[in-house]
Amino acid sequence: MVTAVGNARRAWHIAEQVPDPELPMLTLADLGVLRGVEVGADGTVVARLTPTYSGCPAMAEMRADVAARLRGAGYTRVEIRTVLDPPWTSDWITAEGRRKLTEHGIAPPGAAPRRAAGPVPLVLTPTRRTVPCPRCGATDTEETSRFSATSCKALHRCRACREPFEYVKEI
Amino acid sequence: MSDDHVYLSLAEGHEDDTRWAYGTGFEDPLHGVDTTVPEGVDAASLAADCVALADDALVSAQRLAEWTTRAPELEEEVALANIGLDLLGQARLLYARAGQVDGTGRGEDAYAYFRGADDFRNVRLAELPGGDFAFSVVRLLVLSSWRLAHFEELSSHPDPVLAAVAAKGVKELTYHRQYAAEWVVRLGDGTEESHRRTRRAMERIAPYFGELFTAYDVRDEVVAVLRQVTEAAGLPMPVYRPLPGTGRAGEHTEHLAPLLAELQSVARAHPGATW
Repeated sequence: MVTAVGNARRAWHIAEQVPDPELPMLTLADLGVLRGVEVGADGTVVARLTPTYSGCPAMAEMRADVAARLRGAGYTRVEIRTVLDPPWTSDWITAEGRRKLTEHGIAPPGAAPRRAAGPVPLVLTPTRRTVPCPRCGATDTEETSRFSATSCKALHRCRACREPFEYVKEI
Repeated sequence: MSDDHVYLSLAEGHEDDTRWAYGTGFEDPLHGVDTTVPEGVDAASLAADCVALADDALVSAQRLAEWTTRAPELEEEVALANIGLDLLGQARLLYARAGQVDGTGRGEDAYAYFRGADDFRNVRLAELPGGDFAFSVVRLLVLSSWRLAHFEELSSHPDPVLAAVAAKGVKELTYHRQYAAEWVVRLGDGTEESHRRTRRAMERIAPYFGELFTAYDVRDEVVAVLRQVTEAAGLPMPVYRPLPGTGRAGEHTEHLAPLLAELQSVARAHPGATW
């Protein structure tokens, strides 16, 4: 007999393996967008997902993919809920996710900026953020474009090994 | 289930196996969110607020998208498209929320594609035609500063959905404003020509300030940001010259209708189409 807790854990393990469409080396769990998976008394699986950015074009596909995997694993009743609060930040990327990003040549984000009380300050003086090169580890790197192929990444270049690399931005 | 290739697995679960890209399906962006309107919140005014904020974002996103294939540098094109995508995402969430609470049950498409210019409630600054790059970044600076200040307040709104959309938007608008502010400083403090164009852009948008500050009481915060940027850029603060009327009441310039005609053409020619 499967216990309720064991069942929920099994459902979580199935859902967490779904890869992110834009960063396929990460699972939805690594990225921190899978907020929870519960199995109700009637066997309904409820999986909760949160978008990374408001305009994330892949939310519908993530939902379909999680639902398809759960159904494929024998859960007939599957419900996917969108969770908006608390909003996703890059801090939700797990340690495992950061390791995988580096392994694939993408620099993981630093700590997300904290919002203090009062208006969000605008800083016009150049801020230097050290982004170590994911290939050679050198800290002598420069930003070449703050925006790139997906909302979450910037483009950088390593001055030591001369390689360009992507970098997941803090948000 | 195709585990081998992520894009193959994405195509599963869709009947149309000829899909060439993901993200093109129309789906409720608030799928599975608790739709209850809390007690004490007036549903009609909540819906109207959501539509106005969504219209600002949709119209701005359309103007930003016009730079695609035409921006001065590839990096700037990608930046403007990314910012437009964030705003489009905010618009989708807000339209979906409006449809839940206004009693019509309409989806996002009904608001975006099947309303005329008179029904749009965006501020007129958002709809003004593109002009040059200086105009676009000056407008983006003003609109993102204004929206950011208002979203900061809305993140404690009694409606949890609007509050959550705003809280998420604050993070995005912060880097939109950062991008725009850095460009305004660079252009204002750049060559004689870039300074002249940036100054001209400031003068062009000045008549539309009053409308922004009538809509939301965030004037001090926005003026402080503009003062900080114009000082760093060596530009004069724009002179406030009020213009009668407001987009919030459906009073628009002649530029909104052509923008909507282009935005809505496919959806209106093929109602109910998916691709």
